[in-house]
Amino acid sequence: MELLVFLIFAFLAVAASLVVVAHKNPVYSTMALVVTLFAVAVLFVLLGAPFIGVLQVLIYTGAIVVLFLFVIMLLNIGREESQLAGHKAQFFTAIFGSVLFGGLVILALSSVRMGAQSDGPSLALVSLKGLATTLFTEYLLPFEIIGLLLLVAVIGATVAARRPPQGEGSVHPQKEEAQP
Amino acid sequence: MNVDVLVTVVKAVVVLVLLLQVAPIMIWVERRGSAFMQDRPGPNRLGPFGLFQGLADAVKFLFKEDVTPALADKPLYLAAPVLALLPAFTTSVVLPWGPNFHWGDKDYRFIIADADTGVLLFLALASLGVYSLVMAGYASNNKFSLLGSIRASAQLISYELAMTVSVLAVVIPVNSFNLGDVVEYQRTHVWNFLPQFLGFLVFSVAAFAETNRLPFDLPEAESELIAGFHTEYSAMRFAAFFMAEYTSMAALSALGVTLYFGGWSLPWINYEGLGWIGVAIGLGTLLAKVAVCMFIFVWVRWTFPRFRYDQLMRLGWKFLLPVAILNLIAVAAMTLAGWL
Amino acid sequence: MTVPVSWYLMLAAALFAIGTIGALTRRNGISIFLSIEVMLNAANLTLIAYSRQLDSHTGQVVVFFVLAVAAAEAAVGLALFIAVFRQRHTIDLNRINLLRW
Repeated sequence: MELLVFLIFAFLAVAASLVVVAHKNPVYSTMALVVTLFAVAVLFVLLGAPFIGVLQVLIYTGAIVVLFLFVIMLLNIGREESQLAGHKAQFFTAIFGSVLFGGLVILALSSVRMGAQSDGPSLALVSLKGLATTLFTEYLLPFEIIGLLLLVAVIGATVAARRPPQGEGSVHPQKEEAQP
Repeated sequence: MNVDVLVTVVKAVVVLVLLLQVAPIMIWVERRGSAFMQDRPGPNRLGPFGLFQGLADAVKFLFKEDVTPALADKPLYLAAPVLALLPAFTTSVVLPWGPNFHWGDKDYRFIIADADTGVLLFLALASLGVYSLVMAGYASNNKFSLLGSIRASAQLISYELAMTVSVLAVVIPVNSFNLGDVVEYQRTHVWNFLPQFLGFLVFSVAAFAETNRLPFDLPEAESELIAGFHTEYSAMRFAAFFMAEYTSMAALSALGVTLYFGGWSLPWINYEGLGWIGVAIGLGTLLAKVAVCMFIFVWVRWTFPRFRYDQLMRLGWKFLLPVAILNLIAVAAMTLAGWL
Repeated sequence: MTVPVSWYLMLAAALFAIGTIGALTRRNGISIFLSIEVMLNAANLTLIAYSRQLDSHTGQVVVFFVLAVAAAEAAVGLALFIAVFRQRHTIDLNRINLLRW
């Protein structure tokens, strides 16, 4: 049963990420990203982290990807005009990608003891209270710093996306000359 | 293991059947209720008190011509109504629909997905509702649809935040995200809307905004945007959006009732001793409370004028969110002091 | 049958490689950003898989932080895209090359 769920959602994640990477229309890429994120969230739940899985859906698909969609629609970003990249560039990127994949797989397999885990994830791992205790005792300082980081990001994003004040950074200098 | 699966399937079927009745009943309630408030008869030709109007509407939707705009983005256009129904139905799996019951040799809770992450799962699935709006507006190749969908999605994500913070305040004294535990807590203590009245107000306002109901229905305002994001949808696809809106209203009402009004429980009834009758009473109580909430939804719709878009965003960010955070801090302080 | 943790790691490796190829090949700034999100997810999956392997909460806590950082990065990155778009009216990265030698 767990094997079936894993296979379905793993296949879904890989297929959707291929669409994200390859599709010309950015709106379709974003929708495929939603599917990828949802599939990965299900895999998180399978791995004994239900809270993180739910957070992934709530934060990532519920807010971050919506932000992406907003920007795509507001800037009216259309399909890419021409070829993604030259054939030579694509060939070398494919080689690089395969080497990267191979390297990561070797690294992964050498660090994990082969053979299936005997049971599912332990009860201590899945429990929300355990995660919360670890988060708020051992990792309290990083938690507070992340709060500060989010504040800085909000301020930075608001300032960066602001319309420049009048007379500064003007895109149409000829308009200024036209005024007496 | 087999009995567990069977029990879950039975629970799911019961809840699904209940949710499917919401839309037809609400069509009638909305039209007769609004007529009553506007001092006119409303539909009264089809059956006694116009009760078969819903049936006539369904037949009309089935036989209407399905018009698809020529330049619409086909896959997204067709997927949007289906995706609208997804959050409406899936969010109800974490709600407790009745007291515990006994089947075979085990006690079961009347929750389809009895997970530790309870209400967070509800909020996560509800946040997926943005995508159907966005896809509908974008794929329709229509300025008004796009504008309506951008406004709707901005509104949804803004009020989602205030709703989440007010829900967190409910979770703090209960010590668990699971909604079954929230109801158990309210059975032994007072119903949550009394100590957390601010949070309840924030939640109700956010619930109106989340379901795109007046006074927050600018995304589908008739006088401003034709029909907003579902302008280009006709017949069954429009019916799908319609049904999704009413069903998500029902699910959100059920959540509000569970969080603040004791869910399926009434304080003076001993459900454990009554067995299956107790389950029926609990389910009936929850449905009655949800029906009152749905009537309030209709009542507010035909009473208040619409918010302008900037007023709406200002209310969500500058008023509701600070009030919700204040409520959270107050509840945390009260819990630490031992009052809750 | 329980799924071995190594399978999750291989899946994460595949997702990471796919994301990298996307980030290196696309011309559209937003598409590159989406590929980076895929890579981040692959890293999250690896962390959770190791958390399961070692039966420790540390992996989950780190993923919690990565989610927050990804949100911050997405917000600031998209704000920068909007600012660049206002100036250049394009986000084709081959055309935003004023600082290139």
